[in-house]
Amino acid sequence: MKPFLEIADLHAWYGESHVLHGVNMTVGEGEMVTILGRNGVGKTTTLRTIIGILRERRGRIVLGGKDMMDVPLHRTAHHGIGFVPEERGIFSTLTVEENLMLPPVVASGGMSLDEIFELFPNLHERRSSPGTKLSGGEQQMLAMARILRTGVRVLLLDEPTEGLAPVIVQRIGEVLKKLKERGMTVLLVEQNFRFASKIADRFYLMDHGQIVGTFPVSELPDQMGMLNKVLGV
Amino acid sequence: MTTIFGIPLAALFGQLLIGLINGSFYALLSLGLAVIFGLLRVINFAHGAQYMLGAFVAYLLLQYIGIGYWPALIVAPLIVGAFGALVERFLLSRLYNLDPLYGLLFTFGMALAIEGTFRYFYGASGQPYAPPALLTGGTNLGFMFLPNYRGWVVVVSLIVCIGTWLLIEKTKIGSYLRAATENSTLVQSFGINVPMLLTLTYGLGAALAAFAGVLAAPIYQVSPLMGSNIIIVVFAVVVVGGMGSIMGAIITGYVLGVAEGLTKVFYPEASNIVVFVIMAIVLLLRPAGLFGRDG
Repeated sequence: MKPFLEIADLHAWYGESHVLHGVNMTVGEGEMVTILGRNGVGKTTTLRTIIGILRERRGRIVLGGKDMMDVPLHRTAHHGIGFVPEERGIFSTLTVEENLMLPPVVASGGMSLDEIFELFPNLHERRSSPGTKLSGGEQQMLAMARILRTGVRVLLLDEPTEGLAPVIVQRIGEVLKKLKERGMTVLLVEQNFRFASKIADRFYLMDHGQIVGTFPVSELPDQMGMLNKVLGV
Repeated sequence: MTTIFGIPLAALFGQLLIGLINGSFYALLSLGLAVIFGLLRVINFAHGAQYMLGAFVAYLLLQYIGIGYWPALIVAPLIVGAFGALVERFLLSRLYNLDPLYGLLFTFGMALAIEGTFRYFYGASGQPYAPPALLTGGTNLGFMFLPNYRGWVVVVSLIVCIGTWLLIEKTKIGSYLRAATENSTLVQSFGINVPMLLTLTYGLGAALAAFAGVLAAPIYQVSPLMGSNIIIVVFAVVVVGGMGSIMGAIITGYVLGVAEGLTKVFYPEASNIVVFVIMAIVLLLRPAGLFGRDG
């Protein structure tokens, strides 16, 4: 598979503290890749560094052949990459509809409002409520929906199932499968290993700010011993 | 003569009108301060100087190129707004990563420099600025005599306040502004040019102050000190209304203006401090301000 997102020797710092120590990974076009690892090993930081929120960084980030290191944060999305943060980032002073319409469309091929409301009927019903009046699951749907409208081709998703009821987790799984059918490239950080094993094509294992292993979903049974050791599950 | 609580009605309405006029300026100025503080987290001490600049630009336009009140009402805010945008882009924006105190000190220093410059050339006394011919004279309302220009100030400032509120609460660009006020990093990651938004917001705040300055020129005269006279009260208004609350700033501006006017009727000795007494009480009971959100 042709790599669409390439990360090479990526280092990042929070002030004095050196948190990523040379991350290497590639994500193929249309591939769904999950980063696994214990708390605090740098999974979220990896996503924040790729999108460019964390600016103290060194190394290589190439998206669709374009070097992203010098692209300012407010231009990054225009190269076709979107980020859904762990805390979801729904704005309380905006209605559901305003939240949904906030990110500018950066490329054609995004979902239309009709498609989004078909996929997430709750959002249509509650479109004039303040964004943060939604339930946690609905907020997660809204956070994903507003990025899907923009036409980005790469989605960075940080722990979309965290703190949600099993039935909502299942819904999110269905949505991600639909996105895969549409050819969306997804880099996912997920603690819910069972959830990730059902949707991901491939896994990266992260420890101490570095990638320590990668394997496709087909090798998952053989890797369980090593996973148990690294993840401590 | 008709009286109420032993006060002549004409005096009551007269002070009420003065209160409404002052309230109009408080509302326009505290609105700009609230918009700037909400997004930039900068306490804009130069706001009074920008108000004074608006009045002076109108005065200079008339003195040197014969541009009168009506065009000045548009041109002066544009000039001062553009000046504000340049200041934000090249100076203020460098301070965002530092302690908020630096933004306050910088704008305070800028206010002193601007006022000092105008004091050097024009002294401390005011320059007269005539109201436009269309609005000279007054109207007898039956219960009181209303100078036309003052009526115009109350009406137009209300329109501008509501217009600004609509711009922020009901439009697309307003939703960018509200979202960036909550989480500017995430808004940038969506591909919205937040640095540009900050520049435009500061420019808008400065333009609002200048607009108030042009409105004030025929009422208070054009003086280098007019900004520092009013800005302290305006800061009290923003504190009472709640930092960053747009509607709160507008309502509090008018209410405190009227409260000041009424105090002049019933207990004139307290009229200069009533705003600050109210501020102290509000700070005791609701530290986030009447319309402010906690945290």
